[in-house]
Amino acid sequence: MAKHVELKNHLREIFYFRLRLAISIGFVLLLLATLLVRFAYLQVVRHDYYQTLAETNRISIVPIVPNRGLILDRNGVVLAHNYSGYTLEITPNKTANLEATINELSALVEITPKDRKRFNKLLAERRNFETLMIRNRLTDEEVARFAAQQYRFPGVEIKARLFRDYPYGTKTAHLIGYIGRINQTDVEQLEENDLAANYRGSDYIGKTGLEQSYESELHGATGVEQVEVDSGGRAIRMLSRTPPSSGNTLVLSIDAKLQEIAEQSFGNFRGALVAIDPNNGEVLAFVSKPGYDPSLFIDGIDTQSWDELNNSPDVPLNNRALRGQYPPGSTIKPFMALAGLNYNIRSPSRTISDPGYFNLPGSSHQYRDWKQGGHGTVDMFKSIVISCDTYYYGLATEMGIDNIFSFLSRFGFGKKTGLDLEGETSGLLPSQEWKMKRYQQKWYAGDTVSVGIGQGYNLVTPMQLAYATATLANDGVGYKPHLVREVRSSRSRENRLIEAKPAFDLQIPPAHLDLVKRAMAAVTQPGGTAAQAAAGAPYRMAGKTGTAQVVGMKQGEKYDASKLDERHRDHAWFIAFAPAEQPKIALVVLVENGGHGGSTAAPIARKVMDYYLLGKVPQPLPDVSDKEVEEHD
Amino acid sequence: MTRRQLWLRFIAHLDLPLLLGIGLLMLTSLLVLYSADNAGWGRPLSQMLNIVVALTCMWLIANLPLHYLMRTAVPIYLLGMVLLIGVALFGEISHGARRWLNLGVTTIQPSELMKIGVPLMMAWYFEKHEATLTLKNYFVAALLLLMPVALIARQPDLGTALLISASGFYVLFLAGLSWRVMGGLLVAALASAPVLWSMLHDYQRHRILMLFDPSQDALGKGYHTIQATIAVGSGGILGKGYLNGTQTHLDFLPERTTDFIFAVYSEEFGLLGNLILLGLYSLVIGRGFIITANASTYFTRLMAGSITLTFATYAFVNMGMVSGILPVVGVPLPLVSYGGTSMLTLLLGFGMLMSIETHQKLVKT
Repeated sequence: MAKHVELKNHLREIFYFRLRLAISIGFVLLLLATLLVRFAYLQVVRHDYYQTLAETNRISIVPIVPNRGLILDRNGVVLAHNYSGYTLEITPNKTANLEATINELSALVEITPKDRKRFNKLLAERRNFETLMIRNRLTDEEVARFAAQQYRFPGVEIKARLFRDYPYGTKTAHLIGYIGRINQTDVEQLEENDLAANYRGSDYIGKTGLEQSYESELHGATGVEQVEVDSGGRAIRMLSRTPPSSGNTLVLSIDAKLQEIAEQSFGNFRGALVAIDPNNGEVLAFVSKPGYDPSLFIDGIDTQSWDELNNSPDVPLNNRALRGQYPPGSTIKPFMALAGLNYNIRSPSRTISDPGYFNLPGSSHQYRDWKQGGHGTVDMFKSIVISCDTYYYGLATEMGIDNIFSFLSRFGFGKKTGLDLEGETSGLLPSQEWKMKRYQQKWYAGDTVSVGIGQGYNLVTPMQLAYATATLANDGVGYKPHLVREVRSSRSRENRLIEAKPAFDLQIPPAHLDLVKRAMAAVTQPGGTAAQAAAGAPYRMAGKTGTAQVVGMKQGEKYDASKLDERHRDHAWFIAFAPAEQPKIALVVLVENGGHGGSTAAPIARKVMDYYLLGKVPQPLPDVSDKEVEEHD
Repeated sequence: MTRRQLWLRFIAHLDLPLLLGIGLLMLTSLLVLYSADNAGWGRPLSQMLNIVVALTCMWLIANLPLHYLMRTAVPIYLLGMVLLIGVALFGEISHGARRWLNLGVTTIQPSELMKIGVPLMMAWYFEKHEATLTLKNYFVAALLLLMPVALIARQPDLGTALLISASGFYVLFLAGLSWRVMGGLLVAALASAPVLWSMLHDYQRHRILMLFDPSQDALGKGYHTIQATIAVGSGGILGKGYLNGTQTHLDFLPERTTDFIFAVYSEEFGLLGNLILLGLYSLVIGRGFIITANASTYFTRLMAGSITLTFATYAFVNMGMVSGILPVVGVPLPLVSYGGTSMLTLLLGFGMLMSIETHQKLVKT
């Protein structure tokens, strides 16, 4: 068709077109002939074969559920595994009188009212021809007793099934989460994602925690057996079998022993602890207190336990480390100091004279320091060591909210950290636009003053603060935090390492870092706000205490009115990293209503660090809550 | 005007042989839907509504003079492209693919619009440059085809992308693309296949392999193929009789009102029924070819040919998929499967065929 520059000959063109059309018609005839041949083959030649399949026998497709992947800690300690056990199951479609059958069964094996309630719940949400569990974890004796009487119970059978078990129970509940029975919402979700085929035969799916966020790794690939079944539904011949492949094993960066020590160190306090290796973003411990028993949820929780968990004033179901949002209090000061240095607002040597309060020019309203009468002459180093409020009221005011917002957001405040767990909240880093949008009000100078000491509109999650602390400890180079270190494939023995990639480098001048880190190290020395907790440690710990006011803050949690007083005590914070010169661990401790960071939160940090750095297991703890608190942050 | 004159004017732009074929296929659709719905009226009735709406649109298009039709090519194509880009940026994810665009009032699937829009645009383009066609023009036309196809393939909706590619290829073929270029393209495609293959993810390769071996995916789409093949094969020569298909009525056939409706038909009416159905399709396709052969302008020839060939392709792909010789891609059986969108798209095409046939008759006389 190269070059027809002159006008074409119309007839010739028609001829060519008709030729092409004729070829097209031939093409269509070929397609039709192909279909005809295929139809004749299926409906004449192979008719008898398919006739048999359709009439007498049916091909039944039987899914084989894969074993769920294990979850291990960094040293191979099992955090979630499967064990096989016997269950007693009923197929409702094959059972005439359910109520009577269950009553008769209860003479053979113990069936508690709880079991009955759970069964009725399963009955209400069952799918076609599903067998429903009436009892799990049968003893050998019970199995034997039922087997002898099985002929009396059509539609009732014993099945061997795999159960999920969490050896660390409540201690890792917020981390590992739990699996639960697949419900209607899950089914829709699976269909939406084109995964329904792989979940044929599966009864459980990850509901929260790592069980949820790594569902696609843990579940495995469902196998399938094609069998011929007779009219009674019994398998008579296997036609083909594709074996299932087990889910992948997750190896966490969590250290189970460290997690346990951290959890126990809280005693009766509520709160959260997140420890991160600042050199690679691996999360070493992830605690939210109180926890709950995850095994309650696996086969559907009964109403009573649910009410207890749900209505408890301690809100055990709330993942405080990931979702709890609290004012950061004075733990924000090291970051504020860095911001001040960054924008050249305060030189390290410039001092202020602290009368014990601050007021905005032209206003008589006094913003008070925690120490009446003030701290005297304060420079930047001292402002961190003794946690001087007045210094930061002034610094924040001079810096302005726009600068504060832009600097702090670089440390990840106000943003999700991207941890590999679902449901993370983003905290709140206030800005002028935010306030206009939220309250239709302009930003006032007074708003900035409180932001300077981590009060006011500021909210952070423990996870966020831990991330920021790790970034600071690692000289401004942030690693995206993650809980899973390695995914081990069951199929190919191939291990996928979750690589430590620096997410960003804030390029903070070494001189700024040096000053702030030295000051934080002095916090744990005599004269600092956390001196007592660090006394006698053979390594140097850098830290910062903090206190978050509870009264007048919105936290989205309802507190029991009768306990109002106790629950209105301040929350205690402590952020720390150690060894101060070459940090191997960075952590944040939040103790709800714990009072002061130095006395309740810092001792917990000390125990965790002692174990991580020295391998020292703490003695049974004196109850920290009994101690009278003297110092303030 | 008398009643008779009104009637004549009403049918002036309808092509009766074509309408006969379409009508018989639609009747078949209602008949089979009644059976597939287990002797229920729900599906047949709402399919009737789909048919009425689609026939109305067909009548409107058939009455549209050709130069109006040509004028719609560019706007329809551009609108389709804008919507496809919109889908890529803001589309809603459903079943793992991004195909739908939520306009607040309603959700639309722009790839459906492009089934008409792409051949229309290409035919328009060739008509514009009819006098001075060079290789460059074929290249531009191919680009007009590949841009929307790439966007649709990325959604990912490989089935629709392939079908639109086919309809666009038919335009190129009928427009006289040289055999040498076609051969070159074929060689290039074969040569690049191993490279593309190595660029795919493992799971994507697995998916493609699964298309060719349904038993690998017996819990998912392979199940459809296995059960559908049993239904067709057990139908035999005369079929099991209307409303007597066991595969259908014992719930073994999935998607039996939509993509797999042919299995229901074939089980109940057998090889004889299949012959009749192929005959009806041949009637429609044959009439389409006659209209193509009579078409007087370059644009109308290309358009009519592409519409006819595309229709034939749909029918072949669906029946091939149900009888197990083609992989399962989501293509309905044209004019028979339940569904308003595909019915509408098809009848818009037939409206154009009728317009092409009847308007040039008027020009000739």
